[in-house]
Amino acid sequence: MATYRELLAQLRGEIEEIDVSQAREHGDALWVDVREQDEVDEGYIPGAVHIPRGFLESRIESAAPDRAQPIVVYCAGGNRSAFAAKTLEELGYENVVSLAGGYADWKRSGLPTQLPVSITPEQRARYSRHILIPEVGLEGQAKLLQSRVLMIGAGGLGSPSSLYLAAAGVGTIGIVDDDRVDASNLQRQIAHSTETLGEWKADSAKRTLQALNPDVNVITYKERLTSENVDRILADGWDVIVDGADNFPTRYLVNDASVWHDGIPVVHGSIYRFEGQVTVFRPSDGPCYRCLFPTPPPPELAPSCSEGGVLGVLPGIVGSLQANETIKLLLGIGEPLVGRLLLFDALETEFTEVRLKKDSACPVCGEHPTITEYIDYVEFCSGRPTHA
Amino acid sequence: MTTVRIPPTLRSEVGGERQVPAAGETVRELLDDLTSRFPGLRTQLVEDDDIAPFVNVYVEGEDVRTLDGIDTAVAHGSTVILLPAMAGG
Repeated sequence: MATYRELLAQLRGEIEEIDVSQAREHGDALWVDVREQDEVDEGYIPGAVHIPRGFLESRIESAAPDRAQPIVVYCAGGNRSAFAAKTLEELGYENVVSLAGGYADWKRSGLPTQLPVSITPEQRARYSRHILIPEVGLEGQAKLLQSRVLMIGAGGLGSPSSLYLAAAGVGTIGIVDDDRVDASNLQRQIAHSTETLGEWKADSAKRTLQALNPDVNVITYKERLTSENVDRILADGWDVIVDGADNFPTRYLVNDASVWHDGIPVVHGSIYRFEGQVTVFRPSDGPCYRCLFPTPPPPELAPSCSEGGVLGVLPGIVGSLQANETIKLLLGIGEPLVGRLLLFDALETEFTEVRLKKDSACPVCGEHPTITEYIDYVEFCSGRPTHA
Repeated sequence: MTTVRIPPTLRSEVGGERQVPAAGETVRELLDDLTSRFPGLRTQLVEDDDIAPFVNVYVEGEDVRTLDGIDTAVAHGSTVILLPAMAGG
């Protein structure tokens, strides 16, 4: 029967170790911190993923799906990481080294360290299912908590998207809506309720979002978005705009304003009867709304949901897709729907994707813009456009 | 034959169908075939002998404005999507 020391000595002969002076040569490796949470709270090596030793076997595969991925494991002093390295080798990982001397040596050598983002125990519990995902983690969750998303409309699309964004812990949510809750809204606008009939939708939604998650700061703008107020509202600073407007003038206005405000990405959703459209307009590397639809349709060809109807669950699906795109943009993960228009047909349960390209002749985001200030958007969408 | 997907706003012109077959080797020929059988579509799809500017036409997922416009070739058996903007939210 071997003692702990004998076992450790034997292990040292079986695994590969590096010391902090060799760390630079392993810059491309996945650094795995196997210490306990209270130790990590005191600081960690920047870029490392935290997988406590007790969860190593169960969580390493999602952090490193490729067995050939080079891995550096470290703990406080180099002992636990030696056992961890052995375990990883047994799991089939081919390029594993343990950091001799561990975090203590790292810190003593004056190498950079990072303090974990501060998150309360309540937040750690609330967002635990996010924190468990390697692509989100504690840092991603902290990023969401610091993010600001502006919702255009708290109706069919704005209800589900804002609910999911609030649940996800998006720290600040702005809501622009000048409408009041009507009985005909409640078949689909799930941020409101029978109890809030007659209230401002912005207020009603704010109450629902904060009941779901008191972490979220909700800023309400009980006004219709216009050429006169859009600059003031956007000046409050937003990372992403979620467009759930119910009319063309607002959609063209949101587009132009977002292009002129440093290209704030717009997560676009639109719905009618059984069909929805979702895309992301990020003018820095993709088309804008005017590249997709340079000319608004004549009003008789573009009936609204209040004229033509909409299946209640449809905005739930399309709005959730918008929330998904928004979270990806905020975290900088995945492939956002930039340059891709996703069409959803609820009757066939069918998704179709078409490709969108930036139009170099676009009057707003093209090479030689001809529209450089706000226009009369109501007139532009009234039939025969007089601008553009 | 090519399958042409009809958007909800235009379905009343084609008897409520979601998609209709049409013949032609270019978008122009397809639209001519469609509008000869469903004359109500013409003003909604064609303007000044071109695709109306408020309608997007996709052949196999590509916007024909980025191809050859109304003269874009349509291979036998491909899918064409007519897509007007929707504002509903």
